[in-house]
Amino acid sequence: MKTDQLIDILSTNLEPVKRGQIAKTLALALIVGGAAAFCVMLSTVGLRSGLTFSLHFLALKLLFTLSLLGIGTVLLARLTRPGQSGKKLSTLTYLPFLVIAITGAVALGFENPMMWGRMLLGMNWVTCLLCIPLFAVVPFVALIWFLRKGAPTDLRRTGAIAGLVAGALGATAYAFHCPDDSISFIAIWYGAMVALCAFVGALLGPRLLRW
Amino acid sequence: MNVTSTESELRALMLASSDGDGAAYRTLLERLGAQLRAYFRGQLNRINRGAVEAEDLVQEALLAVHTRRHTYDPSQLFTPWVYAIARYKFIDYLRRTKVSAKDIPVDETDELTARDDHGPVESSLDLDRLLTGLSPKVKQIIQYVKLDGLSVSEAATRCGMSESAVKVSVHRGLKALALLMSKENRV
Repeated sequence: MKTDQLIDILSTNLEPVKRGQIAKTLALALIVGGAAAFCVMLSTVGLRSGLTFSLHFLALKLLFTLSLLGIGTVLLARLTRPGQSGKKLSTLTYLPFLVIAITGAVALGFENPMMWGRMLLGMNWVTCLLCIPLFAVVPFVALIWFLRKGAPTDLRRTGAIAGLVAGALGATAYAFHCPDDSISFIAIWYGAMVALCAFVGALLGPRLLRW
Repeated sequence: MNVTSTESELRALMLASSDGDGAAYRTLLERLGAQLRAYFRGQLNRINRGAVEAEDLVQEALLAVHTRRHTYDPSQLFTPWVYAIARYKFIDYLRRTKVSAKDIPVDETDELTARDDHGPVESSLDLDRLLTGLSPKVKQIIQYVKLDGLSVSEAATRCGMSESAVKVSVHRGLKALALLMSKENRV
């Protein structure tokens, strides 16, 4: 085939580009993914019972997960456009992990070492370990769907950020169930599970996102 | 021609194309074609591949530019966007064809002058064969709208479909062609 022939095909009956497609698709993926994560949470472990609800700790958990969600979302919107590497902004994703790790360590320092076991493992670290990745599955699929409509050129990084955002959505949903009110618990289990989701995303990215 | 004027001209053409200006788009693609040809030939020279492979990549990149043009942010520079697509397609080509760094000769000075840019050649891709990879319905619509130049409404009447369904089919068809193309460029 001659290249001129291809150019003919492409420029004949050219349709205008729809504006704002990327933002709309990304918003849709986040809403569908977030709603699904919340529904899976409700149908499996359920909301934390109202009596023991600590709003302070819920706010703290959400501060961690939503800050990751915010940075990750901005990054995804950039990474899906060729020529915008998002390298500098990517380093910013370490910040919430760093802050929560430091505060978690400080909180431990103020407590009697006898209490450390309870603070770190909480009542159900196993549930946390299973739930966050489980809740992140649908958001991850939705984000991959979004990214496949775009043109990411750094597939590993894009996959990692998709995993991070999905993990953050999963952790956000889990926060409404989580009965463990300890900042050290959040630092370890929330941090590790969201990081795990990002790692899995980085592994899957190059396979799932090729175009 | 200096770099800034090229950037501003290409960007203006891209913005006009995004609003549906077919003539501006043709000019844009022709100019991009020439730039991409020089880029891919330069890259492929270093791994001892020739003009036909370069033309395959030019066409793959042009089709990628087309199917992903909604990812261009009008507030940003245009050249880095195209370059990122070209680079991505080149790296993807290397991976597909399993060229490793070992195949790139260390001394490439002889190679640089050995081949000259003789303008476009034909790619190894065969349009008719590529089209057979599409579903009959989509193939028919691409034939009407993109090859015969029928308007979307004419094509819609002939196929008994709504205009928006025709537009969706054209879009899907070109995306499917892009996929088929990158599968063929594996040799």
